[in-house]
Amino acid sequence: MSGRHMGAVAADQPPQVAARGPRLRRTLGGAAVPLLAAAGLAAFWLFPNDLGLMTRIAATALYVLSLDLVLGFGGIATLGQAAMFGTGAYAAGIAAVHLVSDPLVLLAVGGLAGGLVALVTGALILHARGLTLLMLTIAVVQIVQEVVNKARDLTGGSDGLSGIEPSPLFGLFRFDMFGRTSYLFALAVLLVGVLVARRIVRSPFGLACRGVKEDPLRVAALGGSPRRYLVTLYAVAGVFAGVAGALTAVTSGIVGLDSVSFSWSAEALVMLVLGGAGRLVGAIIGTVAFMTIHHVMAAIDPFHWMLFIGLFLMGTVLFLPGGIASLADRFIKGNRA
Amino acid sequence: MRRTEGTLEITGLTAGYGETRIVEDLTFTVPAGGRLALLGRNGMGKTTTLATLVGQTTRHAGSIRLDGVELGGLNSSARAAAGLGYVPQTRDIFRSLTVEENLVTGLKGRPRSALEEAYALFPRLKERRGNGGGALSGGEQQMLSVARALLGRPTVLLLDEPLEGLAPVICDQLMHALAQLTITLILVEQQVDRALDFAQSAVILERGRVVHEGAAAALRDDHALMERHLGVALAV
Repeated sequence: MSGRHMGAVAADQPPQVAARGPRLRRTLGGAAVPLLAAAGLAAFWLFPNDLGLMTRIAATALYVLSLDLVLGFGGIATLGQAAMFGTGAYAAGIAAVHLVSDPLVLLAVGGLAGGLVALVTGALILHARGLTLLMLTIAVVQIVQEVVNKARDLTGGSDGLSGIEPSPLFGLFRFDMFGRTSYLFALAVLLVGVLVARRIVRSPFGLACRGVKEDPLRVAALGGSPRRYLVTLYAVAGVFAGVAGALTAVTSGIVGLDSVSFSWSAEALVMLVLGGAGRLVGAIIGTVAFMTIHHVMAAIDPFHWMLFIGLFLMGTVLFLPGGIASLADRFIKGNRA
Repeated sequence: MRRTEGTLEITGLTAGYGETRIVEDLTFTVPAGGRLALLGRNGMGKTTTLATLVGQTTRHAGSIRLDGVELGGLNSSARAAAGLGYVPQTRDIFRSLTVEENLVTGLKGRPRSALEEAYALFPRLKERRGNGGGALSGGEQQMLSVARALLGRPTVLLLDEPLEGLAPVICDQLMHALAQLTITLILVEQQVDRALDFAQSAVILERGRVVHEGAAAALRDDHALMERHLGVALAV
């Protein structure tokens, strides 16, 4: 290839500065986990009276992260993610009441249950797309909720499942009444979840899933099976949701029917949209924003707090269509200008 | 070294979109390592032919055999696994992925170190590997699309108007890279002179049917035929 050609190629290229965006974004992405860990630990010291809320936020963030894998990276429209969350929560809760009490084993039980439900239902419904798929995911969560409700002897039905008493973590750290162990445990699980999720989305499998989201025909022409990728991704995200459900069961000691409800699926979607889909960190930011506003506004006005959430969501969608996390893009663009 | 893999035999192929038939009774063969130019005016069925070969249309009749193996009943991903590589007219770069990530999607389970093959063929891609797919120039996108298809080690590569919209120097660079390949190539191209210089044989389609098949060099010299079917007469 002659130098004349190479020189001429430069005229056909966008400016070099275009390369800085992805690099800066990657640097910011790499800093996300240490920042999250630092913020989580700082919150532990700064808000000792809100550890219960912060534990719920951490577990919910893992749940919303599972939705981000499915929707943000696979393009699977779903309003049924609570089916996997609730199954994981109930599986861990039932195991804790009848079989084992080790918190790590309970997380594994929850993840396995969530993944299994996702694998089976995903294989059945993921041939559909768009609105049809959305309806099918709602049907799945309704069916799972009804099964849980009917299996009253095992699940407690509408009264919920109580009596979940995990043993000390690693045999050393008791789940104390102040919620210190619960919070630090939930934070650690979330951090591990983010690291694993990041590894998945950057793997050849994760990249193929992102390819399916953009253009399934192209992925097929490259030798991949779009449906197989999506079912696998759905199952993997089901494991994440199941672990999040189990984490909630372990740290709260109770599991209710609302954990496997359509509204819980919809709330996860709201949190993801708020934070920004397809970024992982957006799931965490959205969860923190939603639950903090919920907590503060519900204390100020217990009857109209949803109004504030609605306004906040509208404002975000109108002015930050990519979610709160897209502010980082604006920063990068501003930095490039 | 003469290749033994990549003989593509198309016999009586009729296909289209749904019930609409675009190409009818296509029959031609490309030998292993051969280069075929698939020519014709706009709307004559060239793109549909390639899309049919990779399983993206409705096949009504006929067979597609690669090294004696029938591909007609296979889906798109199975045909790619069998050895058909495809670079579509639209390039179809994943815009949300970087250059390197786009290339990884074409690896088909091969190690990441195989990316060096793509960078050796198109050094520009190595310089741009951290760039988003949507931030590439047209020429770079085409290089990326070709490189990604080649990483899957196809025995036959189908190229749909790879030079469309590119500056002449970029066309030279791309054709130079393609000329280094020893696999079977089918090239659909509106730049007839470049296509005939590149290919050993040529097929002309008109209204979805083969109206001429022969050596590329002979077609280049047959001005009357070129004028009649393609509306062009190349400079001597």
